[in-house]
Amino acid sequence: MKSISLSNLPELLSAIAAKEALYLPVDTKEGAEYKAYAEGDSLSLACNTNRSAKDFFFPQVEDMAAFKVEGKKIEIIDVRKETEDFVIFGARACDVKSFEVLDRVFLADPVDTFYKNRREHSTVVALACSAPEETCFCSSFGIDAAEPQGDVSAWIAEGRMFFKPNTQKGETLLSALSALLEESDGAAVEKAKEETRTIMGQLPLQNLPTEHFKPEKLMEHFNDPKWKELSQACIGCGTCTFVCPTCQCFDIRDFDTGNGIQRYRCWDSCMYSDFTQMAADQPRHTQLERFRQRFMHKLVYYPANNEGLFGCVGCGRCLAKCPISMNIAKVMKALGGDK
Amino acid sequence: MQKVIREKAIELLRSGKVDRVLGWKEGEFFYDQTPHLFLSPEEVERTFVYNGFSGANLSKYLVKEGLKEGVVAVFLKPCDTYSFSQLLKEHRIARDKIWAVGIPCEGKLDIELLRKMGIRGIKTIEEKGDELLVSTIYGEKTVAKKDVLAERCANCKSRKHVLYDELLGEEGEVLDSARFDQIEKLEQMTSEERFAFWQNELSRCIRCNACRNVCPACTCEKCVFDNADSGIASKAPASSFEEQNFHIIRAFHVVGRCTDCGECSRVCPQGIPLHLINRKFIKDINAFYGAYQAGENPDERAPLTNYSTEDMEPGDVFKKGE
Repeated sequence: MKSISLSNLPELLSAIAAKEALYLPVDTKEGAEYKAYAEGDSLSLACNTNRSAKDFFFPQVEDMAAFKVEGKKIEIIDVRKETEDFVIFGARACDVKSFEVLDRVFLADPVDTFYKNRREHSTVVALACSAPEETCFCSSFGIDAAEPQGDVSAWIAEGRMFFKPNTQKGETLLSALSALLEESDGAAVEKAKEETRTIMGQLPLQNLPTEHFKPEKLMEHFNDPKWKELSQACIGCGTCTFVCPTCQCFDIRDFDTGNGIQRYRCWDSCMYSDFTQMAADQPRHTQLERFRQRFMHKLVYYPANNEGLFGCVGCGRCLAKCPISMNIAKVMKALGGDK
Repeated sequence: MQKVIREKAIELLRSGKVDRVLGWKEGEFFYDQTPHLFLSPEEVERTFVYNGFSGANLSKYLVKEGLKEGVVAVFLKPCDTYSFSQLLKEHRIARDKIWAVGIPCEGKLDIELLRKMGIRGIKTIEEKGDELLVSTIYGEKTVAKKDVLAERCANCKSRKHVLYDELLGEEGEVLDSARFDQIEKLEQMTSEERFAFWQNELSRCIRCNACRNVCPACTCEKCVFDNADSGIASKAPASSFEEQNFHIIRAFHVVGRCTDCGECSRVCPQGIPLHLINRKFIKDINAFYGAYQAGENPDERAPLTNYSTEDMEPGDVFKKGE
């Protein structure tokens, strides 16, 4: 296993940034956020970032094309630029799992080439968690915070950061950095993993009921009278959808620039009154229906179409951010177990 | 106080005086309460909570509740009664469908401030006098409540209830608050500094609309930003200008009606101090049209929908500094 002393981490980050674009979580006055690396930035050790890592592959706003109109002539301008190589350094196990959830949507036929290009040009260095929070429940979905996936898995233990490549891209990154890395055994890592798993075991939401959310129970859950009570205080904002690493709905709009069109896509939310209105209508006229859709999608529809993989990775952002503190953990308890 | 409030809720339900009770329902942790309609005394006994984290202002729910059959009881903290009163003034709530119970408030706590202190992995929180005993998976912590008081409560404008049907506990006073101090600091900045300040804050906006949707002054049936036909509908922060556009238009729309309840800043997932925009307008109204507090007096005409010869002239704005 390769490793580097934490005191030499700045050199490692510099070396990656010299090679390709580097993004990492840094501490800000309002919590950790991903940003493009600048000399002197240090890696945040916060459990997680405010915004998820889905921005890297599925940004909140992206230009798709531009059209320039001159008389009767329309020129199509290629504005795409998603083919730059980049490294995400320090994504957590939950966010890394969210990429798999997104892959199954965006890489399925018809392939979303914007998303695909970004995925292909990225190298993900995933960092194991050392201080999970009460809002974390990745273990409910079978995710091990101590063993993150990604192109490279990384751990912090005994003043050092350890690396294990999982893919060819990961091998390539580590070999390019080999001058800075030392060979070391993995004993410290095994100890760190055990510590993380011990903490995970103490978390209040580590074992949310998932076994009830089977495709054959679809109608039972859909018609559950509890949705009324669960959704009644929902204010219909998009906070949960926008901080969620797996929410994947988007809208495509044309912006009239006066002498042309800028075509962009942006995140959309099933919580919004104008969701899918471009097609005909928002088919869900009440907040109850919209609220139910979001949770049914993650807990029933998505797994039914993806070999049982849940559309939630337990990152806990919606628990921390919902204005009324209603969230998937409360929904799962109400629908799945505590009946 | 939780005990007294629960007893009142149960009494109101049992006597048939009300059909529903709007309050706060306990969550998974001590701090994550959800506004909730309680339908039975048993439900109240089981899950009704009122403590330092019962921050949500319930008054906006009364718009929807007033359209239903029957009477709903609602528990309102002093600052919530300003929103309630303002909504009534705007004819947004059917008054006869509401039974408003004023409850005292010692100031609400901000879970984000606890997190900023590095307190993580919270198992339980216990309120003990002026302190919070926080038990986490990483150990026990004791925190002074005043250190985690929400900004709006640290600068509380009033502990007086402006409107209610009955009151629990002692009535408080309108306070001499320091809430405009930070506005003065912003005013003293150069325009470049101020622009940089707001650009830094608003560039984090993710256009989730939580500020708008929680705001008791934002009760339009269809917001212009959700209306595709308006030409300015937008779901995305298209540029840093776009974000400012949204927030500034919203602030102008609630000017003279915003009671400074602070819900916008409480719910912002990105920690943007949105209340400062509205508070600047409140301060300006006070300066230009005489002291005015939205929601305070149901019979008073609002400065921007009134005319007096004392009003400032529109041209006066050009006399102001830079």
